[in-house]
Amino acid sequence: MNISKDLVAASAAPLVLAILAEGDSYGYAIIKRVGELSGGRLRWTDGMLYPVLHRLERLGYVEASWATAETGRRRRYYRVTKAGRAHLETQREQWQAVDATLRGIWRAFTPAPALG
Amino acid sequence: MAKHDETLEAQIAQWRSWLRRRPAIRPADVEELEGHLRDQVAALVAAGLAADEAFLVAVKRMGNLDAVSREFAREHSERLWKQLVTAPESPDETGQWASGETLVVVGLAAGAALAVKLPELFGYPPLVNVDEELLPFYFRNMSFFVLPFLATYFAWKRRLDRTACVRLVLAFAAAALAINVFPFTPGGHTLTLAALHLPIALWLAVGVAYAGGRWRDGGRRMDFVRFSGELFIYFVLMALGGGVLTGFTLGTFAAIGLDAERFAQQWLLPCGAMGAIIVGAWLVEAKQSVIENMAPVLTRLFTPLFAAVLLTFLAAMVWTGRGIDVEREVLIGFDLLLAVVLGLLLYAVSARDAHAPPDAFDALQLLLVVSALVVDGVALAAIAGRISEFGFSPNRVAALGENLILLVNLAWSAWLYARFLRGRGSFSALDRWQTDYLPVYAVWAGFVVVVFPPLFGYL
Repeated sequence: MNISKDLVAASAAPLVLAILAEGDSYGYAIIKRVGELSGGRLRWTDGMLYPVLHRLERLGYVEASWATAETGRRRRYYRVTKAGRAHLETQREQWQAVDATLRGIWRAFTPAPALG
Repeated sequence: MAKHDETLEAQIAQWRSWLRRRPAIRPADVEELEGHLRDQVAALVAAGLAADEAFLVAVKRMGNLDAVSREFAREHSERLWKQLVTAPESPDETGQWASGETLVVVGLAAGAALAVKLPELFGYPPLVNVDEELLPFYFRNMSFFVLPFLATYFAWKRRLDRTACVRLVLAFAAAALAINVFPFTPGGHTLTLAALHLPIALWLAVGVAYAGGRWRDGGRRMDFVRFSGELFIYFVLMALGGGVLTGFTLGTFAAIGLDAERFAQQWLLPCGAMGAIIVGAWLVEAKQSVIENMAPVLTRLFTPLFAAVLLTFLAAMVWTGRGIDVEREVLIGFDLLLAVVLGLLLYAVSARDAHAPPDAFDALQLLLVVSALVVDGVALAAIAGRISEFGFSPNRVAALGENLILLVNLAWSAWLYARFLRGRGSFSALDRWQTDYLPVYAVWAGFVVVVFPPLFGYL
């Protein structure tokens, strides 16, 4: 199953923030975590993660710093800020509202038709 | 295994160079993306893939570079507009050196701005309201208000050795001495000629400092030509901004009943103009690799237009059978026109890839050069006629010399262009000819400054 581009784009920011709320991380590890969490169903184009991270940084939701990784190469680590946590909280409420609404209507008809 | 690593490194290097070509993706982003790619490759290799397979999969997962770079551009639209604030060139470079340069530039710009006010300390009236008698003082010394500071900047920036520095100082001192000690007739022709030619001669001294002791290198000379063109463009832009600033200064102070005109005339305009040259030079230096060079773009725009004007002029002259009027203003006008054509030629040469095959623009350039050559010939004939009729005068000889120098350059350029267009010669011959010819202008200008006045009795 491929999740549509719009849904991937909409969920990218809350997902990244939530992963960073678990602990500081870097690009490759975030992608890997997304794969684990979605059981491989949510596939991102790896390169697209970075513009998202930079946007979150510009908005002040995350902070970034360079550090040397165990491989000896420099890596850019991201950390969620206070503003980022607050934003994550409002996002969570919104997503839960959407989710609850959809759950309500899913029950009305089974099996669910394929999404467009 | 070692061989695999080598291929992998080569592949990654190539991928990195593709990424680097995207203006929206900065070196730091490239590093971040490369780290990601390497992590991905390492994970895939650990899972049992061969290095080249792992590379292919990792690149595929990274996504289409066009799409990724578009996302970067959307997030960082400011990056597509080159920033005016100059950042250190690479992230490892500390900002210290750059701020040291900023200090030097600010100091030199302030020096140039104050130099123009210095004569007032010695009792000269300010530049704006000098009467006829004192104007020549500013007129003949205008080069010294700014060019020594410019030369100093490059001597500092290029770490010029002591001998070269001493030579530069001597050149400036000799020029200052000559122009101020000669017993010129006030308002005389030789004074006007000397004052007009002095900046051209001293510009070569700035060029020597710019080249940083490698003035014999044709490439450095061409860099100096590029620098001159870009500086001119920056200066014009700053002058436009300065005009707006002056307008608002006058307007806002007028609104509260104060007259800022004296301030604008005596400080803002002269000091601003002098400082702007130094700041412009610094911007060109800092931006030479960043901003698309403007001079070649303007050259492309105006080469056809100037060619059309020259051809129409020649056609009109043949049609009406009128010769050109050999008044001084007209002759100066023609010299300027030919100098502009030469500039167009020089910038077209400076921006051209010497290895590219001839194209239509080269043919157009040849047309421009040939029509300028004909116009130059007409002007020369007019001057020669004037000389044979009325004898030698400083103005006529100066005009004769300039037109001859231009004629020689244009004629040989036309020849080299024609050879190149027919595939008989290389473009670099033209390039070399132009850079080799540069000192000729300065030597002639120096000759007009130093030899003309005594030769014509300081007329």
